[in-house]
Amino acid sequence: MKMRRRLTLRDLVDEALSGVAARPSRLALTTLGTVIGVAALVSTIGLGQTASGQISDRFDATSATRVVVEAGERDSPDGAVQATELPWDAADRVARLSGVASAGTFARVAVGGANVRGVPINDPSGSIDHDIPVTAVTEGLFDAVNGVLSTGRFFDSGHDERGNAVVVLGRYAAERLGINRVDAQPSIFIGDRPFTVVGILDTVSHRSELLDSAILPMGTAESLYGLQAPAAVEIRTELGAAQLIGSQAALAVAPNSPELLSVEVPPRPGSLRDDVSTDINALFLALGGLALLVGGLGIANITLLSVMERISEIGLRRSVGASSKHIAGQFIVESVVIGFLGGLIGAAAGVLATVGVSVVQDWTPLLDYRLAVLAPFLGAAIGLLAGTYPAWRASTIEPITALRTN
Amino acid sequence: MTTTSDASPSPPVVEMVGVGRSFPGPPQVHAVRDVDLAIDRGEYLSIVGPSGSGKSTLLHLLGLLDRPTHGTYRLDGVDVSELSEAHRAELRGERIGFVFQAFHLLPHRSVLENVGLSMLYQRVPRRERVQRSRDALERVGLAHRVDFDPGTLSGGERQRVAIARALVGEPSLLLADEPTGNLDSDNVEAVLDLFDKLHTEGITVAVITHDDHVSARAGRRVRITDGTLSEAAV
Repeated sequence: MKMRRRLTLRDLVDEALSGVAARPSRLALTTLGTVIGVAALVSTIGLGQTASGQISDRFDATSATRVVVEAGERDSPDGAVQATELPWDAADRVARLSGVASAGTFARVAVGGANVRGVPINDPSGSIDHDIPVTAVTEGLFDAVNGVLSTGRFFDSGHDERGNAVVVLGRYAAERLGINRVDAQPSIFIGDRPFTVVGILDTVSHRSELLDSAILPMGTAESLYGLQAPAAVEIRTELGAAQLIGSQAALAVAPNSPELLSVEVPPRPGSLRDDVSTDINALFLALGGLALLVGGLGIANITLLSVMERISEIGLRRSVGASSKHIAGQFIVESVVIGFLGGLIGAAAGVLATVGVSVVQDWTPLLDYRLAVLAPFLGAAIGLLAGTYPAWRASTIEPITALRTN
Repeated sequence: MTTTSDASPSPPVVEMVGVGRSFPGPPQVHAVRDVDLAIDRGEYLSIVGPSGSGKSTLLHLLGLLDRPTHGTYRLDGVDVSELSEAHRAELRGERIGFVFQAFHLLPHRSVLENVGLSMLYQRVPRRERVQRSRDALERVGLAHRVDFDPGTLSGGERQRVAIARALVGEPSLLLADEPTGNLDSDNVEAVLDLFDKLHTEGITVAVITHDDHVSARAGRRVRITDGTLSEAAV
């Protein structure tokens, strides 16, 4: 039969809130399971998003724009190239492709056992000789590896074409040679040959071996040391163009035998992020779900206990006109409120954990705000499920039985 | 005074005809047998009997907490035997005011909230509930206790809160089950004086007790023995 007079929703919620608030310490214990479950869920999803965000950030910023074309090096590790030589103008050929920001060639130079030294003294003991590797690059390579100078300048294509005896020192090479400024045009000696130091390279994003070496213009290395061909082309692409350039670079460099070149492109960022996310999510979502299950059982258990404790209250409410539906409704709403509170606290804890871990790891926290909004309602839904059985039990308690307990 | 009446313009509050309640066995127990009872409006009735006499079962039947296995029960002229549980719950909240031996006040809720509880399921607007609760507490002499926690009150005060709760819905029948059972003698007198006062104000009161001293205050006494009801001398 339809009730002509019903409890308003506000009254129902008021009664439930009073029932919940009457036992604060029990409330804390009851919500604990949901708090932990929701917190685990929110923080693991949050950390998953944050971590994959960091990974793709790193790839976007540097590696995702790097394409390397190599030849010969694997055939003979000392740098002499055979069948698949790169042409001298490989960098220029690649630079014509749309999407290339800068390109340059790189080679290691065999100087025939000559040592590098900072002063022109023939020291038989060898104490001033340094075992510094010599490399050769074209002008464009500095830009392609995001080179930054601490002082001086890069050599240019003029030095390259003329075969000038100039050198840019990598930071660590300069330290070993005791050179920290170039305004007095210091010289270094490779074997007996003097080279003018024009600049000191401070940082690079790739090919960090440059920082250890003395860097010659490609043309100088060719004319003085008989370098036969560049070993690699370093290409920095526009953002998002790496995949495209990767597929075109080999053909542009060596139209006759593109298959002999090896082209290194970054992994597709999307696929990488997906891999990371699914791995993390599958594991942690399972853990979070488990915690929620335990939380739900906790609510069910304690609500059932609460029903048994409040039998006389149930009897009283029945005696003042509450129907069994009213009683069931009250206990349902109570456990929904408990679940909602647990979800709220858990969401806050999960967000805090995500931010906290991000601070420690120096990450940018990433969290879908919808997750934080949704979490309390997830808690409420668990409360609803957990409260159904205890509420049904409460509604079947006979008022006579309930009032008999004195 | 009559024990039954028919076809009067204002029907009695309670009219039981041949009411019995048995509990299925084995062995089958006839807790109440063939009871005829009428309570007129404004009457102050006491039902006395030793424990096990069927007193509680009669109380449950009167209070719509239980259904008779046979016979007819009319409350305010309405035959309630055949009504649905939900409808009976509604009638119970509207027409019956219970006073229990154990008070049954909700802990952690103020005196005012406890009194207002009996209007909660009647859809009385909130503002009106508060006002009527205050009035009822004034009526039982507890206007100064509205915001107290029931746990801080004396037994007599708690029972007066319970009586205010029973009164506030303006029930047809105030049904008290051993209302003085948990009270010391001073408080017993205070509660009985309150019943006298309510009676003079026109409230219909039925007190169920095993205590002759308590029942002696009522204008009419009925005795229940082995489930059978009989009028007793005042």
